Amino acid sequence: MLAARLPKRVPRLPPPVRRIHSSPCRRSDALFVHRDTTYNNPKIPFEFTSENMKRAQEIISHYPPQYKKAAVIPLLDLGQRQNKGWTSISVMNYVAKLLEMPPMRVYEVATFYTMFNREPIGENFVQICTTTPCMLRGAYDIVDTVCNHFGGIKPGDTTKDGKFTVIEVECQGACSNAPMMAVNDDFYEDLTAETTKKVLEAFAKGQKPKPGPQSGRHTSENSAGLTALASKPYGPGEFCTPEFQ
Amino acid sequence: MLRLVSASKPASAALLIKVAPSTSLAGRRTFASTSARQADITLTVDGKEVTVPQGSALIQACEAAGSTVPRFCYHDRLAIAGNCRMCLVEVERSPKPVASCAMPAMPGAKVWTNSPLVHEAREGVMEFLLANHPLDCPICDQGGECDLQDQSMRYGADRTRFHEITGKRAVEDKDLGPLVKTSMNRCIQCTRCVRFANEVAGVEELGTTGRGNDMQIGMYVEKTMNSELSGNVVDLCPVGALTSKPYAFHARPWELKHTDSVDVMDAVGSNIRVDSRGVSVMRVQPRPNDDVNEEWISDKTRYAYDGLRFQRLTVPLIKQGDRFVSASWEDALAAIADGLRASGAQGDEIQAVAGHLADTESMVALKDLINRLGSDNLTLDSVGGHAAPVHAVDVRSNYLFNATLPGVEQADCILLVGTNPRHEAAVLNSRIRKSWMHTTLEVGLIGERVDTTYGYDYLGADAKAVADFVAGKSEFAKKFKSAKKPLIIVGSAVTEHADGAAVYNALAKYVEQNKSQLVTPEWNGFAVLQRVASRPAAYEMGFVPSRKASQTKPKFIYLLNADEADPKSIPRDAFVVYQGHHGDLGAQLADVCLPGAAYTEKGMTWVNTEGRAQMGRAAVPPPGASREDWKIIRALSELVDAPLPYDDVLSLRDRMWEISPTLVRYDTLESTSVEAALAGLKTLAAGTANAKVSGAPFVKPISNFYQTDPISRASVTMAHCTRAFVKGENYGFSELSSKPEAAYA
Ligand code: SF4
Ligand code: FES
Ligand code: FES
Repeated sequence: MLAARLPKRVPRLPPPVRRIHSSPCRRSDALFVHRDTTYNNPKIPFEFTSENMKRAQEIISHYPPQYKKAAVIPLLDLGQRQNKGWTSISVMNYVAKLLEMPPMRVYEVATFYTMFNREPIGENFVQICTTTPCMLRGAYDIVDTVCNHFGGIKPGDTTKDGKFTVIEVECQGACSNAPMMAVNDDFYEDLTAETTKKVLEAFAKGQKPKPGPQSGRHTSENSAGLTALASKPYGPGEFCTPEFQ
Repeated sequence: MLRLVSASKPASAALLIKVAPSTSLAGRRTFASTSARQADITLTVDGKEVTVPQGSALIQACEAAGSTVPRFCYHDRLAIAGNCRMCLVEVERSPKPVASCAMPAMPGAKVWTNSPLVHEAREGVMEFLLANHPLDCPICDQGGECDLQDQSMRYGADRTRFHEITGKRAVEDKDLGPLVKTSMNRCIQCTRCVRFANEVAGVEELGTTGRGNDMQIGMYVEKTMNSELSGNVVDLCPVGALTSKPYAFHARPWELKHTDSVDVMDAVGSNIRVDSRGVSVMRVQPRPNDDVNEEWISDKTRYAYDGLRFQRLTVPLIKQGDRFVSASWEDALAAIADGLRASGAQGDEIQAVAGHLADTESMVALKDLINRLGSDNLTLDSVGGHAAPVHAVDVRSNYLFNATLPGVEQADCILLVGTNPRHEAAVLNSRIRKSWMHTTLEVGLIGERVDTTYGYDYLGADAKAVADFVAGKSEFAKKFKSAKKPLIIVGSAVTEHADGAAVYNALAKYVEQNKSQLVTPEWNGFAVLQRVASRPAAYEMGFVPSRKASQTKPKFIYLLNADEADPKSIPRDAFVVYQGHHGDLGAQLADVCLPGAAYTEKGMTWVNTEGRAQMGRAAVPPPGASREDWKIIRALSELVDAPLPYDDVLSLRDRMWEISPTLVRYDTLESTSVEAALAGLKTLAAGTANAKVSGAPFVKPISNFYQTDPISRASVTMAHCTRAFVKGENYGFSELSSKPEAAYA
């Protein structure tokens, strides 16, 4: 009875929700905490091969015994090399143990330096410089070329076959030969789209192209030929009196 | 990243096998230096001349001149980091404002802390800090006592220029365990917590990961902060990034009443400030006192207060059959008088037991009452407490921490006998660690192997190890002999041990022989570390049984805060009275329970392990019908026809003064003279001659740091800690957690 007097239920628009205002968060591109995963957890054993152990001892011997921990960076690098190019938590723990330092001190170093990859990477590690000089010389074209070459992956990704990981990096100190990229430990400089592809193809085939400028010029000499200091430099003692020659 | 002088725990990753053989730990401590005394220098701050010791930071000079300099990262008890830049000041002939905390004061320098340049610099720094700081003060527990809040009001700009839509830095919260709550978005990376953890607490797992804008504080791996000093990071954190978990959202600082008091969870007598609201204690904070606890307190001191709300005895209880019935005070006291009469206890058959949390006044009253009833059976609530302690109580220096707490830092060689200072006196332990990190201090340990946060030479586990040490059989013993300020710390558990007498005998003789280093007018290197708040006062007033009394089987037992008593030691037919504040073990044994006041509810005297009398103060009223303890005893004395001659606490303190003036000379220390100390050692050696050695190893007296007395046993927070840190449930990084015996040595 009463119900009849109630207004008919009309479909109503949901009332405007007033959200608690929050500023968006700015995320970082890497995680600075460790999460146990099947491929990265402290239970996975790691230890230096006997050859690397020898090297490690050699490195440690460079430092006074009480400053042994100064060897942490070279040892982490050694560990990274042995561990397929990335520094797992086991590598860090092992280095800490070896240098008798609290593991946290090693984690601090490993997270501070971006050169320590804390996630697995592909067989070949392609680092494209995009800092100003390279950028002015077309580094982003190189990035696009590389990414498209690998079927549209993004910087930071690894190709499906696990052969390549591509990242953008800051200046590698080869600005005079910009643009450049580093593949594993070698620099490939003076790149163009074509030469870049060539380099990557060679790597895909398991070859190792010649590092250095891909434009044919010698180191960072003027590509148009020498314009100054073109004559042969004189050798030591050339203009001296005979008794000094 | 911080570069810290560090000694690491052995990461007991059993998986990392075959590493290079570890060298001895001594080779690992590096910056060993004793600071030379330096001349003073004079400089001008804001037009005022100040003279400070050379090597002080500029900020200290400014402080000395009375100019406050705002700061976040600087803390006088931690290493200097210089990373917040809030302390910028203007210095003459310096092109830019300088960070005064990281800048040494220079003679003749002219400094301004209040110039337009400085104002602008501070405003700029503030703006940067706030750029990534969430504006969540209304829901932040630090609100009202937040350095960032206060300083942005005082020194910040009045409007924002921050209109970026890219958002603020977001950092995930860490789980540091049941005590410290984190909200890492608020962190301003001052690294105070990291420095504290590494330098003072010895938790070397806390650090900074990442860099630049992505830097964050944490352990990198999932781990809790397992330290008995962890609560101090809450005080250190200048913002609300680290707050107290048990106290979360319970009160705002401006609602709290502050009462300066003294802690009773151990025998250090840490100075505390009890913050209360209405009738409940809301939190306990440290109070700086360089002579006692510096600025730190242990987690038990800080967090056991919630135990004051549970399991309390609030009304007198009389046992009828197998249950307690509440009664009025008159009835309860009359029941006791009847019980005493009915039990037929005469003379030494009347026994009094003083427990861990008994205050000095009530012990004096109880002693007087028992003596008036013709008994000498004054027992302490500990293993072997029914007999007089092996060190006797005639000479103070035989049972006190003679070297004094700050004195520990002067020692250059420390021998720990049957003690784990980390759990028996956590704040003292941090002093040893401090000294161990910054000087060439050597530590030796006889007793159960424990993780002490500093390295030590392990000398053995039993009385034989002591004999070997005395005979100079180890490397450490030789070092000890040649040390300038050697220190022997004897744990209170040694007295309770079967070989206690033999150990005291050996050590007393050793100290006598080496008195040129161990007992001099400046230095007394024989220190007994008490672990129970009431014990030093009990010894001081002679709350110990006579030989005859200790053999008597009691018929009437008065338990004053005694909750450690072994039920079997109480004769079945004895009439038992329990007076205390918690319904713990003691109350279960009792025929009549009298509700007393807890340490936050009475203004009483506490004597710490050094023999320092300190006054605790009442912050809240005792709950229900409970009364101050000495008053209860005074009232009872009327009913048993042995009235005590004091009617107020002042005349009671006069009585204390008669017994021993040191009991009422507050906040001072009276050192024992060399002659008295040596005489004491002689009697000690004589009294313990012919002691037999059973060879049983010493065991640490405290196996669970978090639950040692009725208050901490009633505390929910401490129960959480026990679960997390002692049993290791729920928390912890199973793989790397260290074994209990993983000692540093
Ligand atoms: S958590 Fe607090 S104490 Fe620690 S670095 Fe951040 S702001 Fe400083
Ligand atoms: S900018 Fe690319 S190498 Fe320097
Ligand atoms: S207080 Fe000086 S830089 Fe932080």
